[in-house]
Amino acid sequence: MTAAPALELWGVRKEFGGQVAVDGVDLEVPEGSFFALLGPSGCGKTTTLRMVAGLEQPTAGAVSIGGRDVTGTPAHRRPVNTVFQSYALFPHLSVLQNVEFGLRRQRVPDARARALAGLQTVRLAHLADRRPAQLSGGQQQRIALARAIVNNPSVLLLDEPLGALDLALRRAMQLELKRIQAEAGLTFVHVTHDQEEAMTMADTVAVMNAGRIEQLGPPAELYELPRTPFVATFLGRSNLVAGTVVEGSGGVLGVEVAGARLQVPADRSAVSDGPVLLGVRPEKVRLSAQGEPPPSGSNVLGPGTVTDVSFTGVSTAYQVDLGALGVHEVFAQNTTGAPTSRPGDTVHLAWDVDFTFGLVPDAAAAS
Amino acid sequence: MSLTMALVSPAQGADGGASEEVAARRRGRTGVGLLLPGAIYLVAFFAVPVLALLATSLYAPVPGGDVGQYLPALRWENYAAALGKFWPELLRSFWFALLATVAALVVGYPVAYVIAVRARGHRLLQGVLLVLVVAPFFTSFILRTIAWKQVLADDAFVVASLRWLHVLPDDGRLTATAFAVVAGLAYNFLPFMILPVYASLERLDVRMIEAGGDLYAGPFTTFRTVTLPLSMPGVVSGTLLTFIPAAGDYVSASLLGNPTTTTMIGQVIDSRFFRVLDYPTAAALSVVLMVVIALLVTAYVRRTGTEDLL
Repeated sequence: MTAAPALELWGVRKEFGGQVAVDGVDLEVPEGSFFALLGPSGCGKTTTLRMVAGLEQPTAGAVSIGGRDVTGTPAHRRPVNTVFQSYALFPHLSVLQNVEFGLRRQRVPDARARALAGLQTVRLAHLADRRPAQLSGGQQQRIALARAIVNNPSVLLLDEPLGALDLALRRAMQLELKRIQAEAGLTFVHVTHDQEEAMTMADTVAVMNAGRIEQLGPPAELYELPRTPFVATFLGRSNLVAGTVVEGSGGVLGVEVAGARLQVPADRSAVSDGPVLLGVRPEKVRLSAQGEPPPSGSNVLGPGTVTDVSFTGVSTAYQVDLGALGVHEVFAQNTTGAPTSRPGDTVHLAWDVDFTFGLVPDAAAAS
Repeated sequence: MSLTMALVSPAQGADGGASEEVAARRRGRTGVGLLLPGAIYLVAFFAVPVLALLATSLYAPVPGGDVGQYLPALRWENYAAALGKFWPELLRSFWFALLATVAALVVGYPVAYVIAVRARGHRLLQGVLLVLVVAPFFTSFILRTIAWKQVLADDAFVVASLRWLHVLPDDGRLTATAFAVVAGLAYNFLPFMILPVYASLERLDVRMIEAGGDLYAGPFTTFRTVTLPLSMPGVVSGTLLTFIPAAGDYVSASLLGNPTTTTMIGQVIDSRFFRVLDYPTAAALSVVLMVVIALLVTAYVRRTGTEDLL
């Protein structure tokens, strides 16, 4: 027998005065996982989180925590805690009193000792008597985290918790959050618009757009095999070209793209005939100079003109103008020590068929 | 300030330090200049009258003189005599003021909460409600108290309804009772309670309330442990702005009370000064009222931990 998932959502929908914020979300978050809800601002991810916390009531659908339906349960009776985006620490209480707050409300007998232990987890026990206003942003963030985790919630909700921190601190806190999640063994649901943050920290990422979950899976899977044009462009970058499936045999689809013939493995394509959007990640693409024979098993596009070369240290980013097919990006590892092409060079783009993915074209991403 | 100087002075050297000093002196002079008009005003119209009042409270009657003729003296027994005679009115004033303050808080806090928190984001509604709160100021204080006299009259609807509900006995009345005086005080000072409480609730971040709920505090516990403490500065200033003038008020008691069981110290001071011409007693009672209020306020502010208001 398997334990009930820490969190389940069934067809959760939320409207605000006729505006649909969340449009039928189904989710299942396993116990002990680090789950990220990733999406642009306004995609409904925070509203979804607030419905789990009980701070908003869904217009339709159900929320279940640890196998118990909590849809109508008010926030203070749900076994979840939130790390708010602005931390929402109580300014009139000391750091220790803030951390103790939830334990006291639940009448936990050794509230003070547990709160101190929580402060030790975030390595801020020495600040127990300070007021939140006397702390830096990063310290406040950790106090907010301690205040939530000491309650040992079934699900810990994090609403863009690192949004207000500067880059260096954000990187440090990402590692800290992962460490704490692993040590405490809690289920984390993390809302963020930062795809790198989601991919670094979470073991499962759900990409949300316009109130719906577009795709859900481990970060590497989402990255290597995006299933929608939105995921392909929001999570990392993609080169996309529109084409038509013209043949399908032996598990490989043949696609005609502006006179050229490209291939995509059938199991990596969301469509098996008709219009298709083919994509590949920029670091999978190689530049081949005029006349150089492409390796076998490759898709080739071109010729095109290199319009920009940016050296970024570990890699070099090339912009290649393919005329009617638009401008494409190529990231090349700096293994040879110098860029291999210059602006103005005529090149072909080549990549392994196995890295190609096929998507259902939609109006927004085709442009 | 000291931080800025520490950061700046090593780079600027001795020169920078000197100009800093000149600038500081100039700022000092500007500060004194800005304070001067207010200081002159306070000395002329507050400090001098208070000293005159203190002196008057120690005057002695002119031997064999007319009523109202006094000589400067140091007659400390004026205080003992005044307190010995009027301590019931003094105590009653503080008691009534306390009741009125509590009533104004109980009525005013929810009003302030609704305007500041529930109506947040609805600017028009907030504006209309705030105008309604201050609307009574468009009419004179005395007129409003006279109107209350009508409202609480024996043949008016309030008494009739209360009799019908058996809250009041059939011959019960409200005019000329302590209830009427306290109700009048509470009514007259209600805006002074609502506005400061509103101002502090208006700054309350609603995420604090959400955080309370998220941390297992029900609505009432969240109010008690989060909302109320965070609005304490407003509650303290509101209760002070109600209690202090209510303790010295004599309009409500004169118009809504009776001559025996509702007399407040303000009425006594008024009649001692202007009718009996017993200036020393009136002055002594005024001094006592001021001192007691000052002591009560200090103790209260200390107790509630809102010293920064003073």
